[in-house]
Amino acid sequence: MFELLGIPPQALFGQLLLGLINGAFYAMLSLGLAVIFGMLNVINFTHGAQYMMGAFAAWLLLGILGIPFWVSLVVAPVIVGLFGIVLEKVLLKRIYHLDHLYGFLLTFGLALVIEGLFQWKWGSSGAPYPNPIPGGFNLGFMFLPTYRAFVVVAALVICLATWYGIERTRLGAYLRAATENPTLVRAFGINVPRLITLTYGLGVGLAALAGVLAAPIQQVSALMGVNLVLVVFAVVVIGGMGSIMGSIVTGFGLGLIEGLTKVFYPPASNTVIFVVMALVLLIKPAGLFGQTK
Amino acid sequence: MAETLLKVAGLQAWYGESHILHGVDFEIRRGELVTLLGRNGAGKTTTLRSIMGILGKRTGSIAFDSKETIGMSSDHIARLGIAYCPEERGIFSSLNVDENLRLPPIVKPGGLSIEEIYRLFPNLLERRYSQGTKLSGGEQQMLAIGRILRTGADLLLLDEPTEGLAPVIVQRIGEIIRQLKSRGFTILLVEQNFHFAATVADRHYVMEDGHVVDMVASSDVQQSIGKLQTYLGV
Amino acid sequence: MTTQRVGYALLIVLALVAPTFAYPVFLMKALCFALFACAFNLLLGYAGLMSFGHAMFFGMAGYFYGHVVKAWDMAPELGLLAGVAGAALLGLVTGALAIRRQGIYFAMITLAFAQMVYFFCIQAPFTGGEDGLQGIPRKALLGGLIPIKDDKVLYYVVLAIFLFGYATIYRVIYSPFGQVLKAIRDNEQRALSLGYEADRYKLLAFVLSAGLAGLAGATKAMVQQFATLTDVAASTSGEVVLMALVGGLGTIIGPVVGAFIIITMQNYLAATGEFVLVIQGAIFVVIVLAFRKGVVGELAEWWKRRRAG
Repeated sequence: MFELLGIPPQALFGQLLLGLINGAFYAMLSLGLAVIFGMLNVINFTHGAQYMMGAFAAWLLLGILGIPFWVSLVVAPVIVGLFGIVLEKVLLKRIYHLDHLYGFLLTFGLALVIEGLFQWKWGSSGAPYPNPIPGGFNLGFMFLPTYRAFVVVAALVICLATWYGIERTRLGAYLRAATENPTLVRAFGINVPRLITLTYGLGVGLAALAGVLAAPIQQVSALMGVNLVLVVFAVVVIGGMGSIMGSIVTGFGLGLIEGLTKVFYPPASNTVIFVVMALVLLIKPAGLFGQTK
Repeated sequence: MAETLLKVAGLQAWYGESHILHGVDFEIRRGELVTLLGRNGAGKTTTLRSIMGILGKRTGSIAFDSKETIGMSSDHIARLGIAYCPEERGIFSSLNVDENLRLPPIVKPGGLSIEEIYRLFPNLLERRYSQGTKLSGGEQQMLAIGRILRTGADLLLLDEPTEGLAPVIVQRIGEIIRQLKSRGFTILLVEQNFHFAATVADRHYVMEDGHVVDMVASSDVQQSIGKLQTYLGV
Repeated sequence: MTTQRVGYALLIVLALVAPTFAYPVFLMKALCFALFACAFNLLLGYAGLMSFGHAMFFGMAGYFYGHVVKAWDMAPELGLLAGVAGAALLGLVTGALAIRRQGIYFAMITLAFAQMVYFFCIQAPFTGGEDGLQGIPRKALLGGLIPIKDDKVLYYVVLAIFLFGYATIYRVIYSPFGQVLKAIRDNEQRALSLGYEADRYKLLAFVLSAGLAGLAGATKAMVQQFATLTDVAASTSGEVVLMALVGGLGTIIGPVVGAFIIITMQNYLAATGEFVLVIQGAIFVVIVLAFRKGVVGELAEWWKRRRAG
């Protein structure tokens, strides 16, 4: 077999696939974060916990009720999204008039509570979720597990559907307009507070959907979202939160960069995204796709 | 004589700590075109915003079609059939012209169709896929007026639609406003440009320091011109 | 003013006799976190910058201290100095990048850098990875004059360090520099138009805060004789925010009160495991929703109201 720069192709493509999968999660999560921030002016620190809840919901639905993966893919995000709606109605809506900082602190506190409770109930070691589509294809240069291919495709579809929903539909027009000038949109007769609640529910549902997709790949554990959300913050700083397509491209791109780093210089693979963030801050402080705000 | 569509009585309003309106009283009958005249800071824009319900604190009474709206949220008020065209026009930059036009939802039957609106403003049709804020000032103003015609609202609140526009465009907007009146819309117009206002309105209310201090019918404008000039400081 | 002086005098007397009735190691730990929280609050309360990554300065300084004292076998004073200097330098680099964005982005950037430092510490050889640096010797201070093996002696050293740090922050806040910082916090555009280079002031405040957080972290390593990943972790960054918030942002004594409350709480709840996190999270929620002024801020408010009517 041929080699590229001294790297066997199996390793290279294997890591690229892993990078693509990580990128898929970065894209889905940063997308939700950006949509929520646009409407609520809150950086949703609870995003990682809600991702974890998605995975847990699928795991519990399977373990207790025997509900299969494909049903959970729809049901789990709905359950977690409804939980998000309750959070918004009971807690978040009380702090919109305050500085952004308080939303950050409030959702950070919520993340601690949620993750602490899950850890208390189910421990932190994690449980496996069976692979719904085992097997794979031999592509000659690498082995491609079917489920992983499915995750990449599904994430792309989800991201593009979100983009379409926001950029091309009537509800999306309401969202974009309300992000710019909620007062005027409300004066046109649109129930903006309800729109805000709905947006939060959708953003949270998106995080949970990512969690369901992650369940068969990762261990389902209370702390699976803790480090992920911090990386996603860096992704959001790099991409800027102004553009939906920007979030998607940045997410996948950074996943690939991370994968390549794992091949060529493994010790830096954990930190490379933060290095990219530092470089972007130096060169284009507003972020790759961001306007200064 | 037509029924009263809007009756404002003893309206007081605040921006944060500052008390802007100190008891505003006036009324508009269905099908009328009425202006609020007055100097900068007299409270005209605040009056419109109060009617629309987008001010933090207001007291008194605003009855629309005999329904009291003082405690309602602005989306609720809009759904009764009041539409607002703000002074800063409020065109959304993340929406194209067509999306801007279709944004306000239809609240009752009787509004203009999209085709009728484009016929009224042919420029907008040409540029319908441009970003809303890429239009010229005059086109943005037409878009801001155009998009509230679809909703079926009976009462239009127009805040200084001629501000900063070239005379030809002001003339065009005058024609459109007269056309709207003839279609049966009731219009409350805030204007600084008295000469423009005089050509379109039935009656004028004059505001000073957060009160309505006078009312002049269009037919009496000639006799009252001296008095009006004193009010407006022109 | 006089009430304040009497208050401070009482507190100092209390601090001097505290080891007679409280466990000195607990007191020292609380003092380290109190200084850490004051350093954090200098930035948030007086410059309006919320760093969500302050653990990187606190934790790294502990490693620097441990490395200098244990691996290089040098005097503890040099260890403290290395902790402060290293943290300040780290503050200079991360601060210069972070102040390029404002508001909530600033918080996310500092958080991300702290996470980068955390991952670095897991892998770097000199931190001891998952085990951390253990068994840092307690060598005598001032060339052998002050033996710190005895907890009660060390307590007074730590108290002195804390008072030094506290006094520094006090001086900074009431200096012309502190006034400019507050002006920038309240209205950056106006400060800029008055000719102040806001970014330089912010950066200096950041470096100062990082250095003082480093002093706290190095002192903690001196007391506990170890430096571990916990002190650089995001949870520690969150804890210091919580301490300042509980005590009262923008009040100079608030973070001290907050630190003692949180450390005491952790002591009592240590046995309940995950519930420490749940309760800390719940405190965040309650404070943000209902007591944004914190303990000291609310008390001051209550006192003012009582005097007024």
